[in-house]
Amino acid sequence: MSDAIPAGKTAFTAYAPTRWEMMTTNRNFLGFWFMLPAAAFLILFLVYPLGLGVWLSFTDTKIGTPGSFVGLENYEWIIGDSKFQTAVFNTLFYTFVASVIKFAVGLYLALLLNNNLPFKAFIRAIILIPFIVPTVLSAIAFWWIFDPQFSVISWSLRKFGWISGNIDFLGDPWNARFSVIFANVWRGVPFIAITLLAGLQTVSPSLYEAATLDGANKWQLFRFVTYPILTPIIAVVMTFSVLFTFTDFQLIKVLTNGGPAGSTELMATMSYNTAILGGRIGEGAAISTAMIPFLLAAIMISWFGLQKRKWQQGSDND
Amino acid sequence: MAETTPNRDDNSDGMSYLDTVRSRLVTVYLPLFLIIVVLIFPFYWMTITAVKPKEHLLDLDTHSPFFTLTPTFEHIRALLFETEYPLWLWNTMFISVTATVLALIASVFAAYAIVRVRFKGGQLVGGLIFLAYLVPPSILFIPLSTVIFNYGLFDTPFALILTYPTILIPFSTWLLMGYFKTIPYELEECALIDGATRWQILVKIILPLAVPGLISAGIFCLTLCWNEFIYALTFINSQDKKTVPVAIVTAFTDGDQYKWGSLMAGALVGSLPLVILYSFFVEYYVSAMTGAVKE
Repeated sequence: MSDAIPAGKTAFTAYAPTRWEMMTTNRNFLGFWFMLPAAAFLILFLVYPLGLGVWLSFTDTKIGTPGSFVGLENYEWIIGDSKFQTAVFNTLFYTFVASVIKFAVGLYLALLLNNNLPFKAFIRAIILIPFIVPTVLSAIAFWWIFDPQFSVISWSLRKFGWISGNIDFLGDPWNARFSVIFANVWRGVPFIAITLLAGLQTVSPSLYEAATLDGANKWQLFRFVTYPILTPIIAVVMTFSVLFTFTDFQLIKVLTNGGPAGSTELMATMSYNTAILGGRIGEGAAISTAMIPFLLAAIMISWFGLQKRKWQQGSDND
Repeated sequence: MAETTPNRDDNSDGMSYLDTVRSRLVTVYLPLFLIIVVLIFPFYWMTITAVKPKEHLLDLDTHSPFFTLTPTFEHIRALLFETEYPLWLWNTMFISVTATVLALIASVFAAYAIVRVRFKGGQLVGGLIFLAYLVPPSILFIPLSTVIFNYGLFDTPFALILTYPTILIPFSTWLLMGYFKTIPYELEECALIDGATRWQILVKIILPLAVPGLISAGIFCLTLCWNEFIYALTFINSQDKKTVPVAIVTAFTDGDQYKWGSLMAGALVGSLPLVILYSFFVEYYVSAMTGAVKE
């Protein structure tokens, strides 16, 4: 906190800066002015709604009628609701399975791309396409691919003679769960692969050479050279991945709309159906507020994973 | 982040000379090929369905479903001239571009203040902005819908133009902070000694040097806006004010069994502008993605 320029100025001419000069040169005032636009957006449309959402979850607000404080009534009601219990199970199952597969496939793809390949830049550009195409629009393509009668997957499998009838991808509870997980993995893999690839490219080849001379095999190369260096990036990438899978809305809304019989209903879609379509804003807010502890837990786990790694590497930067 | 990948730019093959062509074929090219096919297939399927004649859509056995010898632009023509699709496309572009510009302006100021003005509590503000990045729209849309309603913004483009920056600002501030940090202090000190104000330094020195960062952040913000669904679904009611993702889901999903042609055409035309834009700026896009994660 050294105001080098204004201080030097005052020493020379010994005049007190006017209030206007204070406001335009003082660091803290300047910081305030520069932060103002971003802060205004974030406070009005992020911090305030976040607090309001928690407050609404303690009221019986309906669309059109302001509610009154009802304490924990909404929470008591949703916890006893079997639909909500199914939604929590679905959300955890969806997040866990999709994240594990995304991580495994993403890491594998990153390792593949880290080889010396012809047309590497082109391949990387192609791989990112699922991430570019808006989720809803690719979900519509999946909806058509998973069509009960005209699914191209069923058709191909029938041609090979592996199945006799069409697969009801979105009509059967477990088929539907795995179909939406597949679509989610499809969309999430490019992001994980490309960010992990960026991390892999910072690993010096000489480390691999040294480890090979010491007699390490391929698995040991990965486990003791690649993985430790990659851990911080894995932690950040997986935090984001888990966060956005847990709060997923678009894919489910388009592909199954929570069906069949609530077997793919996630907490996000359930809160939309309750609050916006059903008009019970208080209950909907309680459902979405109930997601916050899960999100905090996910963030904490990856954050402490990250901290540990920093400490082991004995550095505090990057 | 091209500057952090020096290890591979020395044209050395590392240890890959130890692999034979045949083993690489099985361990690298084959799995890579399979993964790429799966990743690309839905997009290909979207395209091929959009140009298939109606009668081929539901008849998988007389015509091979994987390609068509008689492509037709009937679905795309109907989409552009018989529905409100051009209007939805315009809405999407207008909202995305405006929200992106607003978010970039706010982020440039915020990032500059945090990195270079170093006001009291700057580090804390930086941390808080990162936390804002972790607040997903799915837990905000219910209270936001009441806020939007109370501000009188419901069912206007401003409902989206003003809320999208909350998704974009945390990300682009964080990204731009990384770029600003790489610009040498000395440039600013020289300018300060020459009597430049903070505003002049920002506009004449920092911004021109941070153009790659601005492009990266801009492209990424644009795709995020284009992709946004839950706010657009909740805050917009009239058909003629909707954005492409929302309109397409609500407009074409009626009982028509030939809806697939128009649905796929809609999805294709809605994705193409982004894919074309992306193809010109792949490097910037990748650096936005990886840069935000690395910080």
